[in-house]
Amino acid sequence: MKRAILLLALAIPLSIPLSAADKKNSCLDCHSNLDGAQGKPAKLFKDDVHKHRGFACADCHGGDPSNDDMTISMSPARGFKGKIPRTAVPQLCAKCHSDANLIHKFKPQQRVDQLAQYVTSTHGKQLAKGDTKVANCVDCHGVHDIREVKDALSPVHPLRLPETCARCHADDAHMTPYNLPSKQFAEYRTSVHWTALAKRGDLSAPSCATCHGNHGAGPPAVGSVAAVCGTCHVLMEDLYAGSPHKPVFTAMGLAGCVVCHQQHGIQKPTTKMLEGEGTCATCHQPDSAGGKTAISMARHLRELENALDRSDRILTTARTSGMEVSEALVRQVEARENLIKARVAVHAFREDAVAQPVKAGLAIAAETHKAGEAALGERDFRRRGLLFSLGAILLTMIGLWMAIRAIEDRSKT
Amino acid sequence: MSFSDRRNSIIGWLDERLGLQDIQAFMAHKTVPKHSGTVWYFFGGITLFLFGIQVFTGILLLLYYRPSPAEAYESVQFIVTRVQFGWLIRSVHSWSANLMILSAFIHMFSVVFLRAYRRPREVTWLSGIALLGLSLGFGFSGYLLPWNTISYFATKVGTDMAASVPLIGSALGQFLRGGNDVGGATLTRFFGFHVAVLPGITTALLLVHLILVQRQGISSPPSVEKEHQEKGQPVPQMPFFPNFFLREVMAWYGALAVLGILAALFPWELGEKADPFAPAPAGIRPEWYFLAAFYTLKLIPAHVGPMEGELLGMFGFGALALGWALLPFWPLGPRGQERSRFVTGAAIFLLAYLVTFSLLGYYK
Repeated sequence: MKRAILLLALAIPLSIPLSAADKKNSCLDCHSNLDGAQGKPAKLFKDDVHKHRGFACADCHGGDPSNDDMTISMSPARGFKGKIPRTAVPQLCAKCHSDANLIHKFKPQQRVDQLAQYVTSTHGKQLAKGDTKVANCVDCHGVHDIREVKDALSPVHPLRLPETCARCHADDAHMTPYNLPSKQFAEYRTSVHWTALAKRGDLSAPSCATCHGNHGAGPPAVGSVAAVCGTCHVLMEDLYAGSPHKPVFTAMGLAGCVVCHQQHGIQKPTTKMLEGEGTCATCHQPDSAGGKTAISMARHLRELENALDRSDRILTTARTSGMEVSEALVRQVEARENLIKARVAVHAFREDAVAQPVKAGLAIAAETHKAGEAALGERDFRRRGLLFSLGAILLTMIGLWMAIRAIEDRSKT
Repeated sequence: MSFSDRRNSIIGWLDERLGLQDIQAFMAHKTVPKHSGTVWYFFGGITLFLFGIQVFTGILLLLYYRPSPAEAYESVQFIVTRVQFGWLIRSVHSWSANLMILSAFIHMFSVVFLRAYRRPREVTWLSGIALLGLSLGFGFSGYLLPWNTISYFATKVGTDMAASVPLIGSALGQFLRGGNDVGGATLTRFFGFHVAVLPGITTALLLVHLILVQRQGISSPPSVEKEHQEKGQPVPQMPFFPNFFLREVMAWYGALAVLGILAALFPWELGEKADPFAPAPAGIRPEWYFLAAFYTLKLIPAHVGPMEGELLGMFGFGALALGWALLPFWPLGPRGQERSRFVTGAAIFLLAYLVTFSLLGYYK
């Protein structure tokens, strides 16, 4: 009986099929010994996510990897496809990536509509016309060393995506035949979005795919620019939709947000945009209704900015003097939030919308300034107290020294 | 009844019950050696004075402090912003803690350089070393109490180091933290150590230390003794009371002035409230008296041979502390004489190491 149990125990592990990684792969066996273009795929494949998930060369290229004879393993009879034509790549990838049953075995939340999106994209449409110079899956994800998007070495990792798009879109020679500009990446690198992404390392910061889509990439229609920006800048979009600019821009065929903020080189908005020769002045005369509204909105913003700066200065002086002003500093943050609200309210293009948060911010700024003044007053009181105490200590020490001298003089005599 | 008659009557009443004349007679006989190094004798008293300030200000802080993660920071903030002179009490408490440790270090090195640890004062030396260790314990436990970011992460690093000690490390870490990580249980424990356990042990040990100093008198350096022996004169003495005592009081006033300047011009910062879920901020470092050890550990590679670098460093510090504590028992020279040059050299080396590595730890 014991022997039977032992045999059964040994038989169980032997009955488990070998994993794909353990299966024979004559493709890798041969190609890893080759140099140049023939050997490169095998060398790259060691880092490929598909390899780690148990897929092998034959899953894309066909053939029979169990046979060492290349005339057999790479024969059409065994399903060998050779190099995949560029036009066939999306469908080949989709064979698995559009198969929810298969993909969800590895990643239950992975989307499976990449091909469906791709065919709607400019890239997909061009490819369908036979233009093989447009991007397909492997141009962005890599060919034999495909990594997960979250892998920092992946070309589509959020931090690397702009450079990946720029490989084609910043190449003048590549873009000219399509009548497309090639300065987007250069402009994007001057933008607040690039600063957030590349300098602050904020992976949620917008890059190309955020506005253009990834697999369904294409330029947003003029009318939908505000909606694209509004996916992040929700309040601005709402205010803009109810503003007098919306119907005018729509009628003029202007693309909402980009009229004032540009497309790819979006800069940090400043109050200056509303003043003098700023952005508003490109359309509005200073003495026109629009020009006057812009100037009055700027005046409100300046008033709060200056009040906050004054409070900041006094609180900084108090803090560097060692005074505890953390509560005032927290209030100062609330006041700054009102400034942010006022800047957002500019998108309503109405003076009263801006004046309201400014008023609330000014009240807090007055309070924090007062707290700063009180802290500096307390600091001066402490210093006077210290001076008085040091004087008293010094006098006591002199008194003690005189007492010691008197005692010692007495003992000598 | 005149004022003087009334005073004498009160003194007489107290004398009858407390034996004041005996105390006066005892103090009249107590002397302190008078030589060029007499100034170093003040540091023991200054340390004691600062300890007294710690106790006094600590009790006042206890009136408002609440030892829980939800309230600790806010209660200290309340003390420094709302309580009348609360800022001064808190600042004096923090600064005097640092000055006390500095004064204790100066006292320890002056004892070494003046050779006051020699027979029969070995136990006085050992009790002094234990008191210094307790002072560092006060510093470590008190550092966490405001529950701010720096103190939270410094305690995390400190308790992690304790937990990495072989065999007992895991139990020691659990004991210190009251769990697997620094949290509310740690704060409660550290508060208990800081206001009950450590003060109790310190007071008892301080009494032993002071009684021993009293019984054995104050030591004269061998060089001073030899110099006067050669002249056939005894080492000049100064009456402890009132001559030395009044000078000591002057030194206390000096310490008080320094404390006042530091507390008023550089109030102890409260910082940001600790957020256990936030990443550790850059530049976390312990209090200055742990900086030398901290910087040394940073310099040791992750692995030295088969051993972990941090562990090796901790063994090194343990061995160094033990060797230093056993200074009075270091072997004598071939002719039975004390190896004074070797001790002086070792003390200078230790002092140079502590100063240099503390500075490097601070600035790097």
